[in-house]
Amino acid sequence: MELHPDLLIRAHYYMRLARALDDRGTFLHKQSKIVGGYFSQIGHEAISVAAGLALGPDDVAAPMHRDLGTYLVRGLHPRRILAQYLGRSTGVSLGRDANLHGMGDLSLGLIGFISHLPASTGVIAGVAHAFKLRGEPRVAMCFFGDGSASQGLAHEALNWASVFQLPMVAICENNQFAYSTPLSRQMNIANIADRAAAYGIPGVIVDGNDFCAVYQATCAAVERARAGGGPTLIECKTMRMRGHAIHDNQAYVPKALLEEWATRDPLARLEATLRARGLLDDDALAALHARIERELDDAQAFAEASPYPEPGTVRDGVYA
Amino acid sequence: MTWDEGLHRGAQVVADIPATGRELTYLEAIRDALRFELRRDPNVLLMGEDIGIYGGAFKVTQGLIEEFGEARVIDTPMAELAMIYAAIGMSFQGFRPVVEMQFADFISTGFDAIVQFAATNHYRWGQPVPITIRAPGAGGLRAGPFHSQSNEAWFVHTPGLKVVAPATPADARGLLLSAIRDPNPVIYYETKYLYRSLKGPVPEDDVTVPIGEAALRRAGEELSIIAYGAMVGEALAVANQLDAEGHSVEVLDLRTLKPLDEAAILATARRTGKVLIVHEANRTCGVGAEVAALIAAGAFEHLDGPITRVAGPDTPVPYSPPLEDAHRPAAPAILEAARDLLAY
Ligand SMILES: Cc1ncc(C[n+]2csc(CCOP(=O)(O)OP(=O)(O)O)c2C)c(N)n1
Ligand SMILES: [Mg+2]
Repeated sequence: MELHPDLLIRAHYYMRLARALDDRGTFLHKQSKIVGGYFSQIGHEAISVAAGLALGPDDVAAPMHRDLGTYLVRGLHPRRILAQYLGRSTGVSLGRDANLHGMGDLSLGLIGFISHLPASTGVIAGVAHAFKLRGEPRVAMCFFGDGSASQGLAHEALNWASVFQLPMVAICENNQFAYSTPLSRQMNIANIADRAAAYGIPGVIVDGNDFCAVYQATCAAVERARAGGGPTLIECKTMRMRGHAIHDNQAYVPKALLEEWATRDPLARLEATLRARGLLDDDALAALHARIERELDDAQAFAEASPYPEPGTVRDGVYA
Repeated sequence: MTWDEGLHRGAQVVADIPATGRELTYLEAIRDALRFELRRDPNVLLMGEDIGIYGGAFKVTQGLIEEFGEARVIDTPMAELAMIYAAIGMSFQGFRPVVEMQFADFISTGFDAIVQFAATNHYRWGQPVPITIRAPGAGGLRAGPFHSQSNEAWFVHTPGLKVVAPATPADARGLLLSAIRDPNPVIYYETKYLYRSLKGPVPEDDVTVPIGEAALRRAGEELSIIAYGAMVGEALAVANQLDAEGHSVEVLDLRTLKPLDEAAILATARRTGKVLIVHEANRTCGVGAEVAALIAAGAFEHLDGPITRVAGPDTPVPYSPPLEDAHRPAAPAILEAARDLLAY
C-alpha cells in the first residue's frame, strides 16, 4: 500500500525536526547550557515518528528516552522541550526533572517517563485497561528497549495486557545495545517479538529504519487494538547510532556495525522515497532545513529567556 | 560495650590512616578494595550492568575484567531483581558476590530480593547471606530525580541488613573489605559526588574498617555535628570556619548507618551537649531521626539545646541547578543551623 503524500511530508518534517532538535541539544550540552546527562536518539526517528503518527488524538503514549519524535508528533512544543533541557521554569517539568524524563502532558496523550525501565509497559497496560473498562475506542502505546525487555515488568505487563485483552500496542525498540551491553547478553533468542507467542498475542518484526514499514505495522496494531482485538508486540530492529548518552563514545560498538547501519539511515531512506515519488527536491529540502532552524532558534531563544525556577519553590509540587 | 568505652574511643580523632605514601581518589579506593578481595578470595565475584569491558557507568570496575575474566566480573542482563536473587543463590553455594547497582536509584527494582529474602534468611532458617550491594548514591551532580537519590533509610529500616556509607577514600576501601567479608547482606552506599573530587591516603595492606564504628573526625567542646557521606566534608568546612571564629566544634562521621555506633553518638552528645545532624537524604524518618531519638533517650540530661537536623527537604531531588542547590544541604545551611544552636 502506498502511503499518502501528505502523511509522508508530515513524517519527514517530524523526523527532520527530531534530528535537528537532537543536534541542537548536543550543541547546547557542549556549551554547558544543558548540564547532566543527555541522550541522543539518532537512528530512532522512523520508529518514534511512525508510531506516534499511527495514534489518534485521544490515544495515549508512554515514550522513553529516545522517542523525541513521539513527543513532537503528539504536539509537545520544542520551546517546552528545550526549556526542559535547560532546567527552566517553563520546561515541561518546571525544572524538576532532567532531559526527557518527566516530559508528560496528558492533554497531549503523553505520560512522563521515569528512568526505571520499563515502567512504561506497566503503566500503559493500566491506561489501556481503563479504556477497556469504559468501553472507549482508545489505544495505549508503550515503548521499551532491548535491555528493558530483560526486566520482569515487561513480561508481567504484556501478560496482563493479553489476559485482559487490552487495547495496547507495545513497541520494542531493539537498537542492539543497552548502554554497553550487546543483545547476546540480554537474550538467547533471535527476536524479542518471538516472546509474543508466550503471552498469546501477535508478535511483529519490522525494519525500524523504514518509516513506511513501521507506520504500517503500528497502524495495523492500533486498528486491531481499537477494534477489540487485543494487544500486539512490535519489535523494531534498529541501531543506536550514538553512545548511550553524550558522555559515551561507544568504543565497544564494532565500527563496521555502525558503518553498515549508517547506510540504512531512516531519514535518508524516507527522503529517497519522497524524491522517487516527486515529493521532495533540493529546494524543498533546503526550505525545510531553514524552517526547522528558525523554529529551533525560536525555541532556544524562548528557553534561554525563561527564568530558572525560584529556589524558594524547592518544596512545591510534591502533593496534588 | 559500655558508653564510656565509646567515649574513650570517640574522644580520639581518627586520623584518616597512617601515611603510607599512597593517595587514591574515593573511586580508586573502591576499585582497589574490589581488586584486593578478588585476589584474596577466589569466591569473590562481581556482577552488574556494564561493569565488564565498559568498566561500569562510573568506571569503578575498569580493568577488573581484564585481570579476573568474565566468570568473575559478570556483565548481566538489565535485571536487578534477578541479579540480586542470583547473588543470594550464589552465596548459598559459597560465593561472595558483590553486586553493582548502576545508580542507587535502581536498587528499588531489586527491592524484594533485598528486604524480603536476603534480609530474613538468617532469622528464618539460619542461613547467612554474604552479599554486598554497591549503591552509587546521592546528588549534587545535576542528575535529576532518578540518578541522585539517597535512599539508605529504606534499608536502615529493614532488620537483617547492614548499611554503610563511607566518607573518605580510606573508609571506602576499608568498609568495602569488611562488607565483602561480612556474613550478612551489606548495602554499601558510595557517594558519586566524591568519586573524583576527594583524594586521600589509603593503605595497601589488609586494613579493614569495622562495620558499626563511627569516627570522630574532629574534636571539640561546644557543638557536635553528626554526618555521613558527602556531608562529612561540608560539616568539617563548617567546623573549621566556626573554629576560626573562636568556637569549638566536633564532627562525628557515622560511617555505618546500620548498626549505628550508639556509644560514639551518645559520647559526642554528652561531651558537647549540642547536636546538629546533617544528611542529604530527605528528613522524614531519615537516619537523623533515629540518631536524634537515640540521643534524646540516652543523653537527655546532657543536652543544652534542641537536637537539630539539616536534611534534604521531603521532595525528590530536582534537576535544575538552582533547585538542586536549594535542596542539597551544604556548608551555608549547616553553618546557619550551627550558629543558631551555638547561640541557644
Ligand atoms: C531498572 C533500571 N536499571 C538500570 C537503568 C540504567 N539504564 C538506563 S538506560 C539503560 C539501558 C537501556 O537499554 P534499552 O532498554 O535497550 O534502551 P536504549 O537505551 O538502548 O534505547 C540502563 C541500563 C535503568 N534506567 N533502569
Ligand atoms: Mg537498546
